[in-house]
Amino acid sequence: MSVLVDEDTRVVVQGITGGEGKFHTQQMMEYGTNVVAGAVPGKGGQEVEGVPVYDTVEQAAREEDADASVVFVPPAFAGDAVFEALDAPLDLVVAITEGIPTQDMSKVYKRLSEVDTRLIGPNCPGIITPGESKLGILPGNIFESGDVGLVSRSGTLTYQVVDNLTSRGIGQTTAIGIGGDPIIGTDFIDALELFENDPDTKAVVMCGEIGGEDEEEAAQYIAQNMDTPVAGFIAGRTAPPGKRMGHAGAIVSGSGTGTAESKINALNDAGVPVGDTPNEVADHIEDFL
Amino acid sequence: MRSRRFGTTNSLSPKVPSESKMKLHEYQAKRVFADAGIPTPASTLASSVDEVVEAAEDIGYPVAVKAQVHVGGRGKAGGIKLADDREEVERAAEDILGMDLKGYTVEEVLVEEAVNFKNELYVGVTMDRGEGKPVAMVSTKGGVNIEEVAEEDPDAIAREHVDPAFGMHPYQARKVVYDAGVPREVASDVASILTTLFELWDDSDASDIEINPVMVTEDDEVVAADAVMNIDDDALFRQPDLAEMEEETFEDDLERKAGEYGFDYVRLDGNTGIIGNGAGLVMTTLDLVDYYGGSPANFLDIGGGAKAERVANALDMVFSDENVDAVVFNIFGGITRGDEVAKGINDALEQFDEIPKRVVVRLAGTNAEEGREILNDELVTVEETLEDAVQRAVEYAEVEA
Repeated sequence: MSVLVDEDTRVVVQGITGGEGKFHTQQMMEYGTNVVAGAVPGKGGQEVEGVPVYDTVEQAAREEDADASVVFVPPAFAGDAVFEALDAPLDLVVAITEGIPTQDMSKVYKRLSEVDTRLIGPNCPGIITPGESKLGILPGNIFESGDVGLVSRSGTLTYQVVDNLTSRGIGQTTAIGIGGDPIIGTDFIDALELFENDPDTKAVVMCGEIGGEDEEEAAQYIAQNMDTPVAGFIAGRTAPPGKRMGHAGAIVSGSGTGTAESKINALNDAGVPVGDTPNEVADHIEDFL
Repeated sequence: MRSRRFGTTNSLSPKVPSESKMKLHEYQAKRVFADAGIPTPASTLASSVDEVVEAAEDIGYPVAVKAQVHVGGRGKAGGIKLADDREEVERAAEDILGMDLKGYTVEEVLVEEAVNFKNELYVGVTMDRGEGKPVAMVSTKGGVNIEEVAEEDPDAIAREHVDPAFGMHPYQARKVVYDAGVPREVASDVASILTTLFELWDDSDASDIEINPVMVTEDDEVVAADAVMNIDDDALFRQPDLAEMEEETFEDDLERKAGEYGFDYVRLDGNTGIIGNGAGLVMTTLDLVDYYGGSPANFLDIGGGAKAERVANALDMVFSDENVDAVVFNIFGGITRGDEVAKGINDALEQFDEIPKRVVVRLAGTNAEEGREILNDELVTVEETLEDAVQRAVEYAEVEA
């Protein structure tokens, strides 16, 4: 089983004619993702990797019965591209694009509250149900089908933890990279809720990092609402206050919130063991199973 | 999609840590504010003692001399001085120009009319990332460290969330001003300043924008006595006028070099150099260096999809940090390909007759095996796992130190 995506998910790739769009369409199809269309304004009628391209997402959804999209559109146009997918309408939109202006995302976030579409990202590696479908740029070969759900704010850290799990035979139901931007669609709590309600997910890994208070809020949610055991990892213990470490969100204000320590404490208080190393996270998950 | 369940307004402080690197100086922000119709005191930018004196004589005493550097707490650090006459303004200019303010040399000061006031207010707009919405804030406790006010007496700051699609309605500006308890005589002027600030925030892709303090004079005039304006770096492509004001500030030559190479780089004080791809994984590598008893010398994220040249530049950067005794290279390829990284490492190291620091490499993910085959293990130590790579680098760093 899985959450959000499976082998039946019919995918439109927005920006399929660009370099990234084309390459990852090929990668996704190789993995088994059911890519049914591309959408690029002005490129309707073309084909990429044997997939028909439409001028609008709405046409693509109508003609090819698509229900999800992956956005590989450059940052200046990506906010608009997400709007287009919400209005098509699709059930699921995965925005890979990094660097979308925050005010554009604020408007998208407002629109999300008015529609039934779920957004993952932006600035994320995407979502994968191992052996069935991946929407995004995650390296499929490190994943394996199994019992563990994974949600993470960081792409490459996701790969690291999955590698630690897979290498000892622990597979995954679905892994969701929610992205590290200040404003995102699906957050930790949304993802944890999906995993809690998925009968096949026996344990969950949650990977967070410094900045913001999302992990602290997720810890409260876990304590109050979850029976499925969760193990955590928090990146950025050694980050100096006030310095921005790559991600927009990865900054510690020095005021005591958003630090690795406050996140780890909140998770521990919620009964979530936090690994000192990614390998220790896998140890905790092994104990749960 | 729901709104955040556990978000509390109290956790929302003014001056949420700005995530933008693009900050305007006070004099630049004031110019933007004044052009938009917000009253500001008479002022002139000056970069020599003579210019300061001339400006002060033009404006008329008393004046304030204010250092124009991108650091908080200028006043407390001695970067702002009041002067009542020519002698005092000369002394202030001599003291402040050229002074070191938290690592930055003061090259310019703003000479400004000193305003007599009876109240000081705070007015600001920022993005509440928890709500995904802009929020307008007003407080009658202006003129002081507003972050402390937010922490100790959060109710002293009135807040109003704004719909990003509609913008701020006039009633919302009035509401937040009345909620804050702004004196009736100036309420409509302050509401008008707030409305203008919100429009500026919206039009200029600001991440935060604030005036602390708005001074209320004896005659019930309002004046913006300070100005903060930070811009969303990701939106600079559509803010050409503001982008022109961008001034790169680097703490040292290495950070300057990182800017030229386009790396996310932060220098730290340890001796184990760290290069990796993806912020979360690089931070994790730093944490593991610390966990295994070493000390990270830097954060360096080469980003996604790096080609050989970029990898070589990263090594060049870390090698040129004299505190570094050993380097760990940690790549987990998704978009990034292990063979490209390996090629870059070889290219960079083959230039040396003698490699200056020991390099440990860990490659995983896309084309990692191809990469490991390419890597010249006479030049580097290859480790299979993250844990092994970090421990080996920490050992090397200790031996070399």
